[in-house]
Amino acid sequence: MVDNYSNSRGEETSQEVSKYYLLQPSLINELIRALRDDGYAVYGPVVRDGAIVYDELESASQLPVGLRDRQGPGQYRLEERGDGAFFGYVVGPYSWKRFLYPPRVKLLTVTSRGEVTVHNDWNGKMAFLAVRGCELAAIEVLDRVLMRGPYRDPVYSERRKNLFIVAVNCAEPGENCFCASMGTGPEARSGYDIALTEVLGDGVHYFVAGARTTEGERVLEKIGARRATDDEVSAASSVMKRSLTLFKKKLDVNGLKEEIYGSLESPVFTEVANRCLACANCTLVCPTCFCTNVEEVTDLEGKVAERWRRWDSCFNVDFSYIHGGSIRSSRMSRYRQWFTHKLATWVDQFGVMGCVGCGRCITWCPVGIDITEEAANIRRAQEVSAT
Amino acid sequence: MPRARPKIAVYKFASCDGCQLSILDLEEELLSISERFEIAYFLEASRAVVKGPYDIGLVEGSITTPHDAELIKEIRKNCRFLITIGACATAGGIQALRNWKGSAEFMRYVYARPEYIETLDKSTPIADHVRVDFELRGCPINKHQLLEVLAAFLAGRAPNIPNHSVCVECKLRGTVCLMVSKGIPCLGPVTQAGCGAICPAYGRGCYGCYGPKEMLNSESLAKRFLELGKSREETVLAFRLFNAWAPGFREVEVKA
Repeated sequence: MVDNYSNSRGEETSQEVSKYYLLQPSLINELIRALRDDGYAVYGPVVRDGAIVYDELESASQLPVGLRDRQGPGQYRLEERGDGAFFGYVVGPYSWKRFLYPPRVKLLTVTSRGEVTVHNDWNGKMAFLAVRGCELAAIEVLDRVLMRGPYRDPVYSERRKNLFIVAVNCAEPGENCFCASMGTGPEARSGYDIALTEVLGDGVHYFVAGARTTEGERVLEKIGARRATDDEVSAASSVMKRSLTLFKKKLDVNGLKEEIYGSLESPVFTEVANRCLACANCTLVCPTCFCTNVEEVTDLEGKVAERWRRWDSCFNVDFSYIHGGSIRSSRMSRYRQWFTHKLATWVDQFGVMGCVGCGRCITWCPVGIDITEEAANIRRAQEVSAT
Repeated sequence: MPRARPKIAVYKFASCDGCQLSILDLEEELLSISERFEIAYFLEASRAVVKGPYDIGLVEGSITTPHDAELIKEIRKNCRFLITIGACATAGGIQALRNWKGSAEFMRYVYARPEYIETLDKSTPIADHVRVDFELRGCPINKHQLLEVLAAFLAGRAPNIPNHSVCVECKLRGTVCLMVSKGIPCLGPVTQAGCGAICPAYGRGCYGCYGPKEMLNSESLAKRFLELGKSREETVLAFRLFNAWAPGFREVEVKA
């Protein structure tokens, strides 16, 4: 379903990873340093305000080593793991969307003298460290929508084109993760330069790094990583086999689109609306939600007008405002719109589901509404009405 | 200055003056405001009064006395655009807490000679008494939002004053949700944006200063507060603050 992943850095060496390298924990710092030396601004996981968020990294000492994120519907807590794992957590409240598709962007400035300035002068170079399989899929979804579709977004495309991605394979899924159901994880499939698998236990701690692009190989060679042995590669592969057995959440996508299309008047949506706050959190934490609002602001003197773009949400009434009023005034219609778009209409529109199974909307919903449960409820209601 | 500047009048009813201070707090912008507008009536700033009618009336405060209720009608007649500013003017303010109990008993406790006090039983927003053209929320208002309303007035466009939740502002600025990550009750999901989500950025739950967001779901949030360990009474009190009497907040009762 999710096909044609492609990363823009270097050439993909083949369909599969061609070369595996071995990184001792100390080499992670070298990796960050090497990328910075190459002119990349490196972003990766750090702890802030009791959560793991993505921010600029200068060294590996900023990484949330030894922490786990315990997640539930509407709940997130950091805990000590006690094993010194570098990547022993899953995903936090903010996704990479923040860097590729910033929350607020000034698009243009117009003066009363008729001077127009288009602000698309970003020319940086970013590297992301510890991108999970679901997040790679989310970036691929955004590529389809914002870069490869008929409406190419220059803001996204400029940031995306020089992106270097170090993926991390998830050794343990989180409580709200269902990437295995969506075919996006727990192992990075494609769309990265390097993918790390952390092998930890029995007195060993190392990372097997699969290089998928020539640029990925070059960086690994540069930091002096040696090639991994067959045993080390097979240990990493065992980690990932075990990970697949640890999933607690799933979403049955088989025929789901048709089920949803047959359930647009389902009482399930009305019931969700009793709990839904229409606060928009689910859409803002979602790594694929891309809706924005464009605002024009003028100054008091009437000399300068600016056009700004900021993240918006289908849960806000003004979002669906057209001449004469809002299309979706009720919470029910807004939840249905979002749910239906993520799991059904997105497929018709972009050829792929809008949901990648990261579980953020479940964790960061203040009242813990669970998209996997609601999908199951829709199915159950359909089955009941069919009998 | 060749063209006539629109005249602004600023009025005060039952309130703490904080919103008027927000106007004065526009320090750097005050000069350009006074170039584009004539500040014709603003007793907090100047005794000099220019006669009406006025193009814009900014009204702070709630209606709490029979005298207020008459005066606001006169003000309405005197202003082309009437804009209410702040939680008192838009929702009745903190003083609307008396709306649940009536004022007679409170007056016995507060005043030595309560018979001298002439007051209404309820503190009510301006819009309950006269037609209001625009409501600017907040306790106090955000001075940048006020500037936006004035700039929009001059440009003849609608002001960009979103009515979505405070959560949107937290997400835009990158604050980690307190309710989810720390279990701290927060009114953000039911409260209209405008402050820039200041409190959650400093580790405190939202107090609801900007009043109810559109299509809010207070009962669902109240239920969540109970799950987080708050009592029903504490939960109700969280909603009973500056915007206690605002529809959407005031329905949250001790008995659900």
